[in-house]
Amino acid sequence: MYSFEFEKPSTIADAVAALGAEDAQALGGGQTLIPTLKQRLAAPTTLVSLSSIPEMQGVCVEDDGSLAIGGATTHATVAAETADKYAALSDLAGHIGDPAVRNRGTIGGSLANNDPAACYPAAALGSGATIITNNRSVSADDFFQGMFTTALDEGEIITTVHFPIPQAASYQKFLQPASRFALVGVFLARFADGVRVAVTGASEDGVFRWSEAEEALNKEFRPDALMDLKINPMNMIGDLHGSKEYRAHLVGVMTKRAVEACI
Amino acid sequence: MPKDSGIGASSKRREDVRFLTGAGNYTDDINVHGQAYVHFLRSDIAHGRIKSIDTSAAEGMPGVVKVFTGKDFEGVGGMPCGWEVTDKHGAPMQEPPHPILAQGKVRHVGDPIAAVVADSLEQARDAAEAIDLDIEELPAVMNMKAAAQDGSTLVHDDLKNNICYDWQLGETDDAKVDEVFANAAHVTTLDLVNNRLVANPMEPRVAVGEYKRGTDEYTLFTTSQNPHVIRLLMCAFVLGLPEHKVRVVAPDVGGGFGTKIFHYAEEAFCTFAAKACNRPVKWTSSRSEAFMSDAHGRDHVSKIELALDADNNFIGLRTNTYANLGAYLSTFSSSVPTWLHGTLMAGNYKTPVIQVNVKAMFTNTVPVDAYRGAGRPEATYQLERVVDKAARELGVDPIALRRQNFVTQFPYDTPVALTYDTGDYNGTMDKLEAAADLAGFAARRAKSEANGKLRGLGINCYIEACGIAPSNIVGMLGARAGLYDAATVRVNATGSISVMVGAHSHGQGHETAFPQVVADMIGIDESMVEIVHGDTSKIPFGMGTYGSRSLAVCGSAMVKATEKVIEKAKKIAAHLLEASEADIELKDGQFSVAGTDKSVAWGDVTLTAYVPHNYPLEVEPGLEETAFYDPANFTFPAGAYACEVEVDPETGQVTIEAFTAADDFGNIINPMIVDGQVHGGIGQGIGQALLENCAYDENGQLLSASFMDYAMPRADDLPFYEVDHSSQTPCTHNPLGVKGCGEAGAIGSPPAVVNAVIDALNSGGKAVDHIDMPVSPSRVWAAMNS
Amino acid sequence: MTQVSMTVNGKSVSGDVEGRTLLSSFLREHLSLTGTHVGCDTAQCGACVVHVNGEAVKSCNMLALEANGADVGTIEGQANADGSLNVIQQAFQDHHGLQCGFCTPGMVMSAAALLKENPRPTESEIRKYLEGNLCRCTGYHNIVKAIMAASGQDVSSIAAE
Repeated sequence: MYSFEFEKPSTIADAVAALGAEDAQALGGGQTLIPTLKQRLAAPTTLVSLSSIPEMQGVCVEDDGSLAIGGATTHATVAAETADKYAALSDLAGHIGDPAVRNRGTIGGSLANNDPAACYPAAALGSGATIITNNRSVSADDFFQGMFTTALDEGEIITTVHFPIPQAASYQKFLQPASRFALVGVFLARFADGVRVAVTGASEDGVFRWSEAEEALNKEFRPDALMDLKINPMNMIGDLHGSKEYRAHLVGVMTKRAVEACI
Repeated sequence: MPKDSGIGASSKRREDVRFLTGAGNYTDDINVHGQAYVHFLRSDIAHGRIKSIDTSAAEGMPGVVKVFTGKDFEGVGGMPCGWEVTDKHGAPMQEPPHPILAQGKVRHVGDPIAAVVADSLEQARDAAEAIDLDIEELPAVMNMKAAAQDGSTLVHDDLKNNICYDWQLGETDDAKVDEVFANAAHVTTLDLVNNRLVANPMEPRVAVGEYKRGTDEYTLFTTSQNPHVIRLLMCAFVLGLPEHKVRVVAPDVGGGFGTKIFHYAEEAFCTFAAKACNRPVKWTSSRSEAFMSDAHGRDHVSKIELALDADNNFIGLRTNTYANLGAYLSTFSSSVPTWLHGTLMAGNYKTPVIQVNVKAMFTNTVPVDAYRGAGRPEATYQLERVVDKAARELGVDPIALRRQNFVTQFPYDTPVALTYDTGDYNGTMDKLEAAADLAGFAARRAKSEANGKLRGLGINCYIEACGIAPSNIVGMLGARAGLYDAATVRVNATGSISVMVGAHSHGQGHETAFPQVVADMIGIDESMVEIVHGDTSKIPFGMGTYGSRSLAVCGSAMVKATEKVIEKAKKIAAHLLEASEADIELKDGQFSVAGTDKSVAWGDVTLTAYVPHNYPLEVEPGLEETAFYDPANFTFPAGAYACEVEVDPETGQVTIEAFTAADDFGNIINPMIVDGQVHGGIGQGIGQALLENCAYDENGQLLSASFMDYAMPRADDLPFYEVDHSSQTPCTHNPLGVKGCGEAGAIGSPPAVVNAVIDALNSGGKAVDHIDMPVSPSRVWAAMNS
Repeated sequence: MTQVSMTVNGKSVSGDVEGRTLLSSFLREHLSLTGTHVGCDTAQCGACVVHVNGEAVKSCNMLALEANGADVGTIEGQANADGSLNVIQQAFQDHHGLQCGFCTPGMVMSAAALLKENPRPTESEIRKYLEGNLCRCTGYHNIVKAIMAASGQDVSSIAAE
């Protein structure tokens, strides 16, 4: 790692101030950032830890029944505290990485990083979540802007993520066997006003909504509704773990299984 | 009844206490006062010509002690290869230089170009970034078949081509082989790849070099399976140092699997640099660095043809293999595709005519050398896949076809240079059929199918040649080393025993199993015997641990030394008991005179040896003996494995539902440890079959360069295993009757897994002949839909 | 350099570290607690697992300064007060749950964290929980068996000795 200063503010305001320094970078749980630093692929002058800011911690139920999850809440906490409120989200959080990673990694860190194979972006996009930062709210549909790219400005941090609760939801993850990230992950949520299908792991553009599947399932919410749908392999990721065609195929299978799990 | 101590007992491992409490002493735990740290600047391209290296800026960076480049090693030898293979025309293999730091060219991603020694590792890394390199990129030589063509880019400009050797074993008359195939009732042919693997012991490699000016002595602490081999190679061939001034210590070593046999450039560098910098120098490999600097394993591309007569007897076998050696010859790399591979092509079968052809290729990849099994998994995989395919083509039961062709008479001279001393392949198969409940398979398949899954059963047989090896034979075959081993049994005055052994334990449990043998021979408690290993200043000259040889070779030396000790102790006992030496018996730690009640205890005799007041004049005081043991033949562990898989027809995902191993290891010292060795081998074999793939792109970039892309088997990828080693035909030529068990699981399991997958797919109506390893979901799905 | 203080295995410790000093480096190099091992640089092998405030974390993937004020437990603090092996350690020895020993500290620490939250895990729960702990020697058979035994389950029917 290159040398850097370490700051650990206890309020959002102090964190934002600290991040104003040139080449300062926010540190969530560090489960992706620290390996990146070890490879000297990033050279922040200051790391600003978000782990001691009480207002960014924990899971709350809002008046409208939606969940407000602090940006610095660990995967383990989300898994434990949403189990009886939003089981699909809990299931997703409970299968990110491994137990030790889940005790450090945070929802805000994952969303801000927007790894094309990460799970949380699928949950946020599939749920139609709202990402609250230190200065604004961004809908998930606007937040994810391609592989490792988000709407966040420099120095902007995710303080809270709002999840509306669907009638039914399921996350189906097919593992990349080495990293255990998603080779393909499909988060499907059924709301009163429609179905949302978000796909991670598969596309070179990062997480995306499979709108054809949503339309088909809005007409008829059963696995067979997907039968004639095909994803174009062209924009899929092809690598040593799976070809473009295979990922395209898996998107269909995982979506079908998510529907089955919701019925 | 299982025994509770001595030979045959599952004694708990004494070494576990330190490992379980964090008190192990691994090389990276060793810090020498005043040490500096080295960081190697490694090539990020596969092939290039070095035009210039400017280290001036780096030399002025904070904390930098010294910057080394290839120039600093011009007067020093390169990394040696320990086995000269002679090609089929009688010419020696092409043997290019393997410098410590690149000279002239870089030849693989990870090839070390420069080394920065600094006060801290981060300072060394900072300075390495300031080295100015001018390297002209050259086309990467990646595809072995293309590399063998005239006109291919050369990995080594001074060689005539990229072929290290074109080797043959078995029938040399091509016309005779052609005739066998022409007359065959059936010929089965298979093209297959044995995937390149990375051994990945959990402990990355580490080296700490130390030099003392006052006495001109060097110490190298290193993660090695064989400290004396490292000392010999480094002193005699690389640095030109006198062996008596160099101590090599391999303390607790966190797994080896072959990849810690070899002498590596980093070891020689740290030793050299310790003197050049007049400071201890430490190198700790990161995992990412390990992927591009540890020798890789396997990487064969083969075509195998099996000829059968009208009665389904095997009548001929021919293989053509391209074996990837990587950019340089690693220590034992040349022996792996040849004498450790071709000699095993007979397998468990009495095929009369066999011809093995191997072209070993230089490519712009990390050097390839022995990995658990070393050549034998590659042989077994080809053979057992083609046998399985033949059974499917002929519509016969794969077990029956194997049984029909088993060798049943021993000793058996194979057409590929080995003599199997003993075995009982039908008996071992009987054990497998019972242990795996093969009779119940149809019901299990029906149940899987009811759940929408395809279920397959894969059978595999293997034989391996272990306990390497008779030195005179391997010498004739090109080995530049003897392959004996050594043990010193030092009996202390009060009767406890220190046994100094040339074998090295890095997980095999020697510290527990070896004392079981010595204690059993004398009749004392195991706790009275301690094993000393891993330090050239403490142990006799031994060749170390690999090839499932520790007990068969070093254990035999230990038995011989213990026999000498007992023989001498009997002389002392006879004197004390005033009896004839011939009448002295040793049992349960008591020397007694046959037919009388006169006896003297072990401890009294040992005390007398060191306090020789009442002592036979013709006997030297003391009680310490050394024996070197050179085996008369290889040992031949053999077994039969069964794997049951389920395949998800929608995704191609394969899961291991059951895995059963029936092995014949001859006699067994510690069944618990033997089971553990088999478990570990199976885990690695399933890893090779389903998960692991060291892949390069066409430009020579390593695609699987970390655990993020190289799929290591995890606990939830694997089942509980059934292991049966009750089939026992003791080795006929070593004193313990043992054969070795360390590699069996890794050899026997990959074909069983792939055979099971193919069986599953065919049971689901998919006429799939073969899928290359790793049999990933993506590949299975592609095969099902092609 | 910044001062960091924490409790490690019940003892208060402190030291001067850089921002980039990892918790694993602080334990190994500053405190000479070399039982915590480093087997990879991508947070996957789990040889470095320790407990921070009672939770399993990968110490090579956490800055030492993030553990300021924390209660840290390492393999060196796992044995009983009299130095004898604790229940999990003893089960690993009894069931041959280790070979080279390099992954073992992380395995024991993960097993302890698992049994704290799930005192009687099934085979598949154990295998799933060990997702972040690689072992290259044992094929996991005896590790899973040892953890089942440590949780008081009868493992006599599980294959092999």
